[in-house]
Amino acid sequence: MKNVYINSVGSVSAQNTTDDSDFLKDIISYNETTITAINPNYKDFIPPAAARRMAKGIKMGIVASKLALQKAGLESVDAIITGTGMGCLHDSEKFLSAIIDNNEEYLTPTPFIQSTHNTVGGQIALEIQCKGYNFTYVHGSNSFESALLDAKLQLELDEANNILIGGVDELADHTIVLNKIIHHIKEEPVESSKILDSKTKGAVFSEGANFFVVSNKKKASSLAQIEALEIYNTLTIDSVENQARQFLKENHINPSNVDALILGNNGDVEFDTFYHKLATGDFKNTQQFVYKPWTGEFNTVSSFGLLLAANILKIQNTPEPFKLNNTNTSHYKTILLYNQYRGENHSFTLLRTC
Amino acid sequence: MSQGIAITGMGIISAIGNNVAENYDALITEKKGISRISKIDTIHKNDIMVGEIAYSNQELEALLNLSPQNNYSRTALLGAVAAKEAINQAGITDIKAHKTGLISATSVGGMDMTEKYYYQYLEDKNAQKYIAGHHAGDSTQKIAEQLGIEESLVTTISTACSSAANAIMLGARLIKAGKLDRVVVGGSDCMSKFTINGFKTLMILSDTYNTPFDDNRKGLNLGEAAAYLVLESDAIVKAENKPVLAYVKGYANANDAFHQTASSENGDGATLAMEKALEIANYKPEDIDYINAHGTATGNNDLSEGRAIIRVFGKQAPEFSSTKAYTGHTLAAAGAIEAVYSVLALQNNIIFPNLNFETQMQEFSITPELKLKEKTLKTVMSNSFGFGGNCSTVIFSKDK
Amino acid sequence: MEALKLELKENIIEQLNLEDMTVADIGDDDMLFGDGLGLDSIDALELIVMLDKNYGIKLTDPKEGRHIFESVNTMAAYITEHRSK
Repeated sequence: MKNVYINSVGSVSAQNTTDDSDFLKDIISYNETTITAINPNYKDFIPPAAARRMAKGIKMGIVASKLALQKAGLESVDAIITGTGMGCLHDSEKFLSAIIDNNEEYLTPTPFIQSTHNTVGGQIALEIQCKGYNFTYVHGSNSFESALLDAKLQLELDEANNILIGGVDELADHTIVLNKIIHHIKEEPVESSKILDSKTKGAVFSEGANFFVVSNKKKASSLAQIEALEIYNTLTIDSVENQARQFLKENHINPSNVDALILGNNGDVEFDTFYHKLATGDFKNTQQFVYKPWTGEFNTVSSFGLLLAANILKIQNTPEPFKLNNTNTSHYKTILLYNQYRGENHSFTLLRTC
Repeated sequence: MSQGIAITGMGIISAIGNNVAENYDALITEKKGISRISKIDTIHKNDIMVGEIAYSNQELEALLNLSPQNNYSRTALLGAVAAKEAINQAGITDIKAHKTGLISATSVGGMDMTEKYYYQYLEDKNAQKYIAGHHAGDSTQKIAEQLGIEESLVTTISTACSSAANAIMLGARLIKAGKLDRVVVGGSDCMSKFTINGFKTLMILSDTYNTPFDDNRKGLNLGEAAAYLVLESDAIVKAENKPVLAYVKGYANANDAFHQTASSENGDGATLAMEKALEIANYKPEDIDYINAHGTATGNNDLSEGRAIIRVFGKQAPEFSSTKAYTGHTLAAAGAIEAVYSVLALQNNIIFPNLNFETQMQEFSITPELKLKEKTLKTVMSNSFGFGGNCSTVIFSKDK
Repeated sequence: MEALKLELKENIIEQLNLEDMTVADIGDDDMLFGDGLGLDSIDALELIVMLDKNYGIKLTDPKEGRHIFESVNTMAAYITEHRSK
């Protein structure tokens, strides 16, 4: 079995990650119930003729992909594997509301085509003329992790050498309204630094795209090694700690050997309890990080967690506002990530320096 | 590389039957499931034909013993019915006895409810339970719950019309790699106004019975369906002395990288997928006894696929047919529906006819199989192609 | 006729999101597809909806569009002859 490395990343998010020469040096604080991603200059990446029919999700995905490929020094890859919880949501809404509002008349194909979940992966393949394996996973908060799992399997078995993986989701108006009604989005805006203490229901919704070249060939520029990954459709509040122990044990690691724990807390009083279980249990003396207060929540935002972990391991840069506690850890070798959304689709990911 | 993965159970619900036996019976008696649409109110009802499942949502809920408070989309309901049949057929009584996962495919997800309540959600508290059921992964989570799969690897694939073939592929790879001992793989898609209108804007819906590989084909009929296979490791098959229905022997996914929705004229992606699948199975083209083609009856697909078949197999291609004239095009479920039909073909040594064919295509000389045909089959190839240039091939065999 | 051609150019730019173009960039005889404006089969479907919505012309086979959509001139001629609104 071959080792699997993160060789590069490309990111479009609510933070200044597109140009990452200074990774997260100036962190933007928000005070909203929904946060949009910062648009890069799309024209620098996508020819206007191609861009004219692209949804924001596709554009973000292509920019993040091209950045990742550029930094890995690759023109193309053996496979493209995408995760997206909702796909190009804006066009889905546009097509559906047109069906209802116009009573099924005068509908145009573009929003329907964009609404297909694999449209981002397909467009990236078109852009870079990649005829290889092309999968799209659409499984809530495990969409991105499924893509990572698939890639890892292929790289370990040497079925591919370089794979482009990523997570992408976009916001759309009607979905925001509906999610507010059912309190999946917070009723009142909260400042980023205060979200975790908000004690209110729901999260701050957002969007973005994080893509990675993962490879079984280590390079000088490689950021980290992906040691292990497990996904679970369900876990109970009582089983989460045990599963974490089990996961580490299978990888011959004690909780005390984990240098940092990156958690997916989003300030939802109903579901952050899963994270508290780990934060106050086996890992209470471990350095803990959170990122969702500054990126917002979306189905594939855990790809930002991976980006954060990879950067901590590579450049040992630990953004101060992202720290949940302070342990004076001076060097990071092993990082555990844990994520879930609304108590479903949990994942553990283990990274180490390479 | 060429070791097959055992299929020990299968389940299906489609326009031609509510279980495997009914589907087989319809296939051999040439009974089509295509009709005018009855369950969805659409202005296109006189311009399209569809493959609908007879059961109403209420009847499906009753079959599954769901409480009236449930928030299952029709996709989840159909998926749960088919997946349960697969588990039963595999003789599984304790799902937790082995490390069991679920890989499900869908393109519609909970869209049927979203399109029904889109504006009504704003005021109607009773409808709001469906909001969180919109995303594609929700149907999979519910099917897992119905099967009793907990704390395990469960995920959803959505690559348009090749989705379920890709679910089978991933499942086989997970067993090969030892990540799972047992996995339920397949897909589910219900009929929706969203897809009807979507395909209508692409102008590829036929106003009459679809006619795959016919020179005068006018487009596809949409269908709704769900089907699942149970794949199990050799260790389980041996230890429990389980009957094996067939093996997943080869598989591949490739991308056409040509156009957002259309296939390339010469079927580059399809050719790559078939060639790679043969390579994984360690087969030569002449080892394939029958091809269950994607054959959607659109002008573009059948030309592109036919040409790809000729590129891979030469003009002496094995018998091939599309079963979409029976079921309609069941989108993300199609790869699983046709996997079940491929296994039935192997089990019964029968090739299902390509119904509604009248006129030979001008662009090439290969002709689909038009009559029910008995032939000793050792291997069947199944093709599934989708938007985004997504091309998949799975090969099933009797021998490991 | 000239007014119709101008209207068509404006609608083409808007409907097909040709953001960087102005009506002056589209000549009456310019090829819309292929080497000309570079439109593709999805654009053709968009234009079919435009014919229906703005001029009451219904095409049932996308192949019919090939000649109609050759240039702004051919479109204008076809619309003038067949329009019902």
